[in-house]
Order: sequence, then C-alpha cells, then structure tokens
Amino acid sequence: MSATYAQDFKENSGRMSQDLTHRAVIKKALNAYELKRDENRSKYLDWQEARQAAAEIKWEAINHLDRYLLEMTEKLEARGTKVFWAANAEEARNYVIQLSQEKKVKSIIKSKTMTSEEIHLNSALEKLGYDVIESDLGEYIVQLNDEPPYHLVFPAMHLTRTQIQAIFKNKLGSNTSDQPEELTMVARDIMRQKYLTADMGISGANFGVAETGMISITENEGNARLTTSFPKIHVALMGIEKVLPKLGDLALFLPLLATAGGGQQITCYNTMIGGPRQKEEVDGPEEFHLVLIDNRRTELLSDTEQRDALHCIRCAACLNVCPIFKSSGGHSYGTTYQGPIGSVITPHLRGLQDWKHLSSASSLCASCTDVCPVKIDIHHHLLHNRRNAVSQSPVWWEKILFIGFSAVTAFPSLFQASLKVARFFQPLHGFIKGSILDPARAWTQTRDLPEIPAKSFRQQWKQRS
Amino acid sequence: MEATVMNDSKDLILRRIREALKTPAPVPGGHDYSHAETTPSRPKPELDNFRQWLPKVENDFNSQWSLVTKSFNALKTDFGLLDSPTQLIDFVQELQRSENWKRIAFHRGALVTPVVDSLQTEKIEIKSGYDCQDLEKCEVGITECDAIIAQTGSILITSRSAGGRGLSALPPHHLILARPSQMVSDLPAAYELLYQRYGKDYPSMISFITGPSRTGDIERIVVLGAHGPKKLTVALLKD
Ligand code: SF4
Repeated sequence: MSATYAQDFKENSGRMSQDLTHRAVIKKALNAYELKRDENRSKYLDWQEARQAAAEIKWEAINHLDRYLLEMTEKLEARGTKVFWAANAEEARNYVIQLSQEKKVKSIIKSKTMTSEEIHLNSALEKLGYDVIESDLGEYIVQLNDEPPYHLVFPAMHLTRTQIQAIFKNKLGSNTSDQPEELTMVARDIMRQKYLTADMGISGANFGVAETGMISITENEGNARLTTSFPKIHVALMGIEKVLPKLGDLALFLPLLATAGGGQQITCYNTMIGGPRQKEEVDGPEEFHLVLIDNRRTELLSDTEQRDALHCIRCAACLNVCPIFKSSGGHSYGTTYQGPIGSVITPHLRGLQDWKHLSSASSLCASCTDVCPVKIDIHHHLLHNRRNAVSQSPVWWEKILFIGFSAVTAFPSLFQASLKVARFFQPLHGFIKGSILDPARAWTQTRDLPEIPAKSFRQQWKQRS
Repeated sequence: MEATVMNDSKDLILRRIREALKTPAPVPGGHDYSHAETTPSRPKPELDNFRQWLPKVENDFNSQWSLVTKSFNALKTDFGLLDSPTQLIDFVQELQRSENWKRIAFHRGALVTPVVDSLQTEKIEIKSGYDCQDLEKCEVGITECDAIIAQTGSILITSRSAGGRGLSALPPHHLILARPSQMVSDLPAAYELLYQRYGKDYPSMISFITGPSRTGDIERIVVLGAHGPKKLTVALLKD
C-alpha cells in the first residue's frame, strides 16, 4: 500500500499491464462476449434510437428525481414495504445492522449488489459475527478468495478454472475437477440449504419503478429469486438514481441491459418485486425493506454537466471495450465501480483530488461513449474531471510551464529559436533519458522523442519555392 | 415491531435533490450530431413506441411460433405442442418416467390439476403455509404462467399465477403448462398485459423466465442450473 490512491493505481496497473496471462484471460472472456453482443445488437430494428429513447427516459427520471422517488416509495409503503432513506454509507450500514439485531438474525444470504460493496456492508456485518454468504457464483468465488469483485457484472472473470478449483479446494475442501460444470454444482449444493435457512436475504435492485412501486432485479442464475423468496426478511439496497418513471419502461431497459451487459437478448430472470408477501399469497418474505442510498449521488446530481452519469444502469459495457480496463485490470482501480464509468463517478463519490488520476488514465478513444446503452457522455466527463481537478487545485509548475509554452508559441521567431536550442540539447538528453535525473522521466521512460530535424518544415518550404 | 427507531434522512435527501435540480441539465444526445435537429419528430420514448426499435416480431401466429421455438432451442428450453389433454398427460408421464420423479410440487390450475391427478407420485400442493424443506425434496415444480413472449422466448409468471415465489425457482425442473393462445408478440405486449391484468393490484412478484438457470462466471463458459432450475419445459396444449 502506497501513500496515495494514485500511486497505488500506477503501481498496480503498471504491473498488471505486463502480465500476459492476465491479458490472455481477459481477452478470451471478452471476445466471446463481443460476438454475442454484436449478434444480439444487430437484431434491433434501431439500436441507436433505442439508446436515445433510454437516455431520454433516464433524463426524465433523474431530472425529476424527487417526484419519482416519492411516487415509488409511497406506492411501496402502501403495500407494506419499509423504506429507509440513507444519506450516506454509514446510515445504510447501520440500518441493516440494527434490523439484524432487532430481528435476531443469524445468517444472511446475499444476491449480487454493487451498492453493498460501495457501503462495505459485508465486512461490517461479519465483524459483528453475522454469517454472510454471497450466492452469485462469481461473487461467491471472490468472497472465498478474499478480494473485491473484479468487474461490475463478471466479478470473477480474472480467475481461471484452475485457480477457482484451487480456491474451492482450499476454502471448501472440495475435490472436483476444474470443469466449470462441476465447480458450479459445488456452489449450487452449498447454497441450497442457505436459501431455506437464512433469516435475511439481501439483494440489489437494477431498477426502481415509480408508477407501480417496484424494484426490478436482473440476473441469470436464479440466486436473486431464491434470496428474495425464502428468508423471512428481504432487504434491497438501491441507489437513488435507479428509479424509472413507468413499469412499461422496463420493456426497453431489460433487453438493453442484457444486450449491453452480457451480450444476451434478455437475461434468464428479470424479477419485479412490489412488496413483502401479500395476503392470499403462499410464500415470500414477511418483511421487505428498501434502503435508498444517496451517498453523494446528490453531489453528482448538482453537477449539471455530468448529471447524466447518474443515468448509468451498470451494464459494464464501457468496461468491456475499454483498453485501459483490459490492460490494467479491474482491481487496479481500487474502486467499487471500475472502468470508464468508475473513473467518472468515483471522484464525485469519494473526492476529486484523491481520484482525479483515474480520469487521466484514458486515451480518450471514446469507445465507452459509443457503447453506452444510455448514451452517457463518458469520455467528455473524463475531460471535465481533469479540468475541474486542475482549476480546483492548480499545479504550480504546470502553470509556469504552460505560461512559458504559450509565450513561446505566440511568437514564431521565439519558437524557431527554441527549436534550435532544443536541437542542440537533444543529444545531451540521451544521457539522462528515463533516469532519475530526467524531469520528464514519467513520459520518457517508455517513449522516444523523435529527433528534431535540422531544418524545419517552414525552412524546407521556403527553399523549395 | 418495525425498525422505526432509526430516523432516516428522507427530508435531507429530498432537499439535496431539489437544490441540485434548480439548475437544469441539457437533454441527452447533445454530442451525437446524428440526432441533433435532423430528426426533430422522433417518437416519444414510451411503451407504445419501443417496438420500432426493439428486435422485430411479425404479427401472425406462425412466425411468432417459429421465433419462439428458435429461442427455446437456443436457450435450451424444452417444449412440446400437444393436440389433446390425453397427449398432454402422456407427455408429462413420459417426463416422469424418464426423470424418475418421486415427489412433485404443483400449483392448482385448470391445466395443472388434471395432469397432476394422473401422476402416481408423492405430491405436494403449494398453498399457504407449505414447508419449504418439502419443496426442496421435489424433483419438479409444475405451474401455469401468464404469457409466453415470442420475441425473447420468455415465460411470464407472477406469484399469483404460478403458486408464489419458490415453486418456480427451487425444484431442479420447472414444468410450465400453457396454451398457445397465451403467446404475445414481444416485451411491450407483455407489459401491456401486466397493466391490464394486474393494474389495480399487482402480485408481489412478477418474473420473466428465459431458459433454465445459467451462469457464465467461470471463464464465461455457460453452465446450466446455477441455482434455479436446471431444466425448463413448456408443454403447450392446443386451444
Ligand atoms: S456508463 Fe453506460 S456503458 Fe458504462 S456501465 Fe453505465 S450504462 Fe453501462
């Protein structure tokens, strides 16, 4: 652990990008995804218009957030849901902890929720002695391996089957081959009784629905369905930005999320939950608690330029195309939300000066903006973050450098002269290039400046004519 | 009994939101010039219009049927189209034989009841107060559904139409009995149906099921039967 997040990122991403095995694993996983994604995207009559429509719906929701949140929570409460509004991570954690204590909860089963990673719920609960188990296979694997999810949607995509086999052997004492089927069945068998005996099920929410007062959960494994069926108490964690105005909006968002996120036409289960077990229903939790989490999302909301970052449906499509993500790897970010969208929102959620380096770690290729199903202007927001970081706390030597630079470029004669000087000194730079004495070493360590030619283009042009 | 002791931050959050929204944000699509001004009369982003952008579905039954069977095959949903009630019973009995069901769980319904009556096994009817450990021991859960979606090959169920939440999720095999007339063209049509059927009082759980449970969490290789049913069968009795 180094002194700053920026140094950590630099070290880790530097190391990871040299790791060819890691690169090969990620490449293989993402190639398969890309093929499926393109195949399913091509089936849309108009993918671009579908994105635009989704962007407009999210715009409507986010720009009338108070109204839609009230509508949703009133509807939910009318049917017996307890809604808790948490201003920050601590409030959200404390609510779940207090609820667990009051209800004498012992074991907790969870289905995938990035919001719970964001508020560090597991470690808080475990510290108090609760038995917390992740039921999503990928999440379970990284939980066993004591690491955070590597990717928003594919938490264990960095591990090979052999590594997973070893994790299962060490942590569970299982003796299976490295076949994905067998490994999956190990988790299935362990989890089945947990669904039935856990006192509390914790889930996330991919969408909230204002019109009808529901949450919607997207998944493939069925673990979220089981988590929200049997435990007596269901707690759903949801960021305030997840609300959609209408139930019917899901007819667009469910396929969009599936195609962008997993390359699927639709995921295996898309479940809308509108309350605890109602009378005349045969099962379902007795209590349903929805924890709405702000945790500085309102900060991002007040930045009108970047407000659309709250449109994000966490599909991870932008991660999957990002050259920085692919070579640095998800863990290098050190954030709950990785990849381009993580680089955009983390500075808002956790402090601009501490996290501005992520916005600089970008080639601005704009692949992220291209694929985003809700058309967030991701790569421009990286630029906005850079600009804001500098204007908030200018770097003095950069300032001097730029004053000098603009002075030199403002006068052609001065520019010509400085080129001559540079040409004279360039060979000398060779002695210190990339070494500790080189002030530009971060750049020159891995890059060569082309030799400054004897005659500039203008001089050559003059001689020709 | 509720955990109301803790004060929440509802007012604070709403205040922050309203404060932030005092300054309007530009409408989306600003950087994508293909959408600026050139297409001013774009259809409103509403349920009725989604169809123009989503994957195409023809209007007639035959093409919808061929689409749905294609999705069923692609996503490993087994299915049978049966001509008569006796054929349906034969179809299910054949499943019972081949999978050697000893215990089944079911939710009563016009299609389910006669079929279940014909089976010689231990039977657990899912009604209020059932024991989930009994359900866990069943090899199959038999339910009806609300609709079949041609566009995606999905089955729409609710806690009301399919015997609660657990029956369609816990047993390793989920068998759905349905009518071909329950097929709707696409997701927008399915949501229309939900509005009409349940608009006044929604079931607490609504789910689109598309194929047997699956995971790709190990090297992105698809494995069926992650946590939910390993097998999904749709038996359709002709109207
Ligand atoms: S920013 Fe867009 S592409 Fe990235 S995760 Fe969010 S919705 Fe998906």
